[in-house]
Amino acid sequence: MSEKSNGKARVITGNEACAEGALAAGMRFFAGYPITPSSEIAEVLSAKLPKYGGVFLQMEDELGSIGAIIGASLTGTKTMTATSGPGFSLMQENLGYAVMTEVPCVIVNVMRGGPSTGLPTLPSQGDVMQARWGTHGDHQIIALAPFSVRETFDLTVRAFNLAEKYRTPVILLMDEIIGHVNEKVYLPSEDEINVFDRIRPTGSLEEYLPYEHTKSRVPAMADFGSGYRYHVTGLAHDETGFPTNKASEINKLMDRLDQKISMNREDIIDFDEYMMEDAEIAILSYGSTARSSRHAVRLARENGINVGLMRLRTIWPFADEEIKKISEKVKLWIVVEMNRGQIAHEVEWAVAGKIPVFKVNRIDGDPINPLQILEKIKELANVQL
Amino acid sequence: MSFRYEVRLSGEGGQGLVLAGKILAEAAAIYDDLNATQSQSYGPEARGGASRSEVIISDEDIDYPKAVNIDLLLALTQESFNKYKDDMKPGGIIIVDDYAVRDVTENGYKVYKMPIIQLAREKVGRILVANIVALGIIAGISKIVSEEALKNAIEARVPKGTEELNLKAFQVGLEASRNLN
Repeated sequence: MSEKSNGKARVITGNEACAEGALAAGMRFFAGYPITPSSEIAEVLSAKLPKYGGVFLQMEDELGSIGAIIGASLTGTKTMTATSGPGFSLMQENLGYAVMTEVPCVIVNVMRGGPSTGLPTLPSQGDVMQARWGTHGDHQIIALAPFSVRETFDLTVRAFNLAEKYRTPVILLMDEIIGHVNEKVYLPSEDEINVFDRIRPTGSLEEYLPYEHTKSRVPAMADFGSGYRYHVTGLAHDETGFPTNKASEINKLMDRLDQKISMNREDIIDFDEYMMEDAEIAILSYGSTARSSRHAVRLARENGINVGLMRLRTIWPFADEEIKKISEKVKLWIVVEMNRGQIAHEVEWAVAGKIPVFKVNRIDGDPINPLQILEKIKELANVQL
Repeated sequence: MSFRYEVRLSGEGGQGLVLAGKILAEAAAIYDDLNATQSQSYGPEARGGASRSEVIISDEDIDYPKAVNIDLLLALTQESFNKYKDDMKPGGIIIVDDYAVRDVTENGYKVYKMPIIQLAREKVGRILVANIVALGIIAGISKIVSEEALKNAIEARVPKGTEELNLKAFQVGLEASRNLN
């Protein structure tokens, strides 16, 4: 996890790496309301953003925070907010607004135990489904989950790139362990980082269609104040951005919003395979529990058990086709997560009963111990299926 | 042969154990060129309550950043000792403050009862630096990181203007551990 790169070794937390990644991606506007265990993201950015010529705003609450980053993004700036479960709940309405109005922005949720104020200082992965369906209505969403400090940096950059490329809010799902763990990293230098900026219109001011049904499904986005004038609304709208009730227009809009993500799923979906070549037992995990899982895989391999790990870096859209394919080669899945099985249900759906899906869960604020996973692996290695 | 060394620093919220853990991790990772992680567990209280900070030091990638088989436990309060003494490796090192932690009956470990807080108060003049005195003792007893690396890490991490005070605290801890032999 200390992947060598230019620069010197540092020991920093995931939250600090997230702030650094955002700056490297070109984020220049942050609005937030500090909350444990995400507060250090705001803390670091409050000190650093002004030095980059950016704006740091501490807002009155989380509703205001996401409202501010949507508005600022419309002016052409890359924007971000960071929160935890309780704040993420408050952001759901405007998250849907950003999906509907196609405004790129990054929302970081450093997950802690819930529901409600729950366990402020303890880890959880209980907001995975909230990230998917927390805001109402049929919609697509992109959510990424890093498992190390270095990967937090990389996926924060990627979150901005995907947001800009597909004109959509992107959720970075961290958890308390990844947010607060101090780890040795070598951060990449500027020329090692690929940064994508939104496509802006080049045509005439009069003919600009802010929600044009282009072949790429992603219309060019004009900066407010650049001369292109358009209407922004959460209501269903036509290509001009004005509200419509016409079924044919609504269908075109809804299809395009879906297709800009679903048609590009291979570009968005990202996962890592560890010791999967000859695996009979496959573990699926993400975020900090993927670390426990990888540790357990190494221990099980020492015991001569052929087990591997599929580690999701992209949670949404879900890697269902990839999981289906792997299911042809392995005997069973064990899904490891700090909730009651939110992703396990998705895996079951993808596998469609072809092989069994087992779960290792924990919801009491204690991290999942590798030995707990090892026990499950040993138990299942001896079972005839 | 690869190794994994687990340290748990425990005490009361506010005693600076998270900072001590961070310094230990930086000493190992940056100045001794090993791998290290530091993580913590604490309650929602701003101050008080049992608090712990864990450092894993290894010469390879560290997957699980929490302590499960502890090589060295530091406890500065009885409450934190009682709460966090589980998961010790047989034969592991336990270092406690001899005034705050009276009740240590565990067998099968190397137990060091040291006047950590007293040393900070009387030899350094500030009870606040008990965490750094403890780092000196840990370095002297465990030798898991070099003295030089810890000195560098302390200098780089403590608040500006307090370097001398903290280095003195480290030295006091180091000497206390030497007097054991």
